[in-house]
Amino acid sequence: MTLALITLVIGNPAPAHAVNPDEMLADPLLELRAREISKGLRCLVCQNQSIDDSDADLAKDLRVVVRERLTAGDSDSEIIDYVVARYGDFVLLKPPFKGATLVLWLGPALIGAAGLAAIALFFRRRRGAVTPVGVTPLSDDERARLNKLLEDGEGTNGDRT
Amino acid sequence: MLPLAVFGVLAIYFAVGLTRDPKIIPSALIDKPVPEFKLPPIVGGRGDGFGAADLRGDVSVVNVFASWCVPCRAEHPLINELADMKVARVYGLNYKDQPADANRWLAQLGDNYTAVGADVDGRAGFHWGVYGVPETFIVDKAGRIRMKHVGPITRDDLREKFLPLIKELAK
Repeated sequence: MTLALITLVIGNPAPAHAVNPDEMLADPLLELRAREISKGLRCLVCQNQSIDDSDADLAKDLRVVVRERLTAGDSDSEIIDYVVARYGDFVLLKPPFKGATLVLWLGPALIGAAGLAAIALFFRRRRGAVTPVGVTPLSDDERARLNKLLEDGEGTNGDRT
Repeated sequence: MLPLAVFGVLAIYFAVGLTRDPKIIPSALIDKPVPEFKLPPIVGGRGDGFGAADLRGDVSVVNVFASWCVPCRAEHPLINELADMKVARVYGLNYKDQPADANRWLAQLGDNYTAVGADVDGRAGFHWGVYGVPETFIVDKAGRIRMKHVGPITRDDLREKFLPLIKELAK
């Protein structure tokens, strides 16, 4: 019981939000939707905060706009489109997947794949290449001569000992 | 050879990435018609304000300014100069300002605007995608937004960015 209470208190700290009580909608369901939409919209002044978190003037304006559109009966996606039409995709904290953002979404995976390919290539080359760089391998003639010398040498060696 | 190629790619990447100002967000409204809006004049100020209908028929410049904005003060002489050249109509969008402050500011720094509209609650600014002041837009004769400049205009901006585009759009 005590443990449950502690986890509830510690594990669920109420994040500090910038939404003022006077901005909130009377209908808790609409307000909940407003909060969800606001979390996905970037405050253009502070850039890495959502308008739900930001105390900037512009963020407050956008929060009010979101709530106005909700009260007017717009759907969530209609409201997001309404804001994007004016401020561009940049206002979305999660950029959409489309032509202009392909590099953004696929870039990391492509770079990762290129890295893996480079590593694979490196190891394959190292295994395949016994000859160190800069050394010319023996020609067939030379190899034959070397073998002959070795055979002869072994014989002489044996005699001495 | 490969390390050199990697270095080349990274060099280009950083040369582009590090010289771009992340604070400047490209406008979503380029080549789009100006938003529908109608602004009253500043309370106690001159004129009748302006709206979307005024931005057709001639090349226009819409300058978003406020008396509380310091860079606006710096660029204002150039805005006056541009208005004096009579190459475009120059409208002032007075963003989230107190009427008394705005009127005093204009009296002090000069008011060559074709007309000034008061956007007290910033709603017109929202429709224009304004996220700070000053911002300046160029609108073509058909009432389409062709360029947005974020931050104060410098003399170089005026000469190299504004005047050539205005001249081209005036043809």
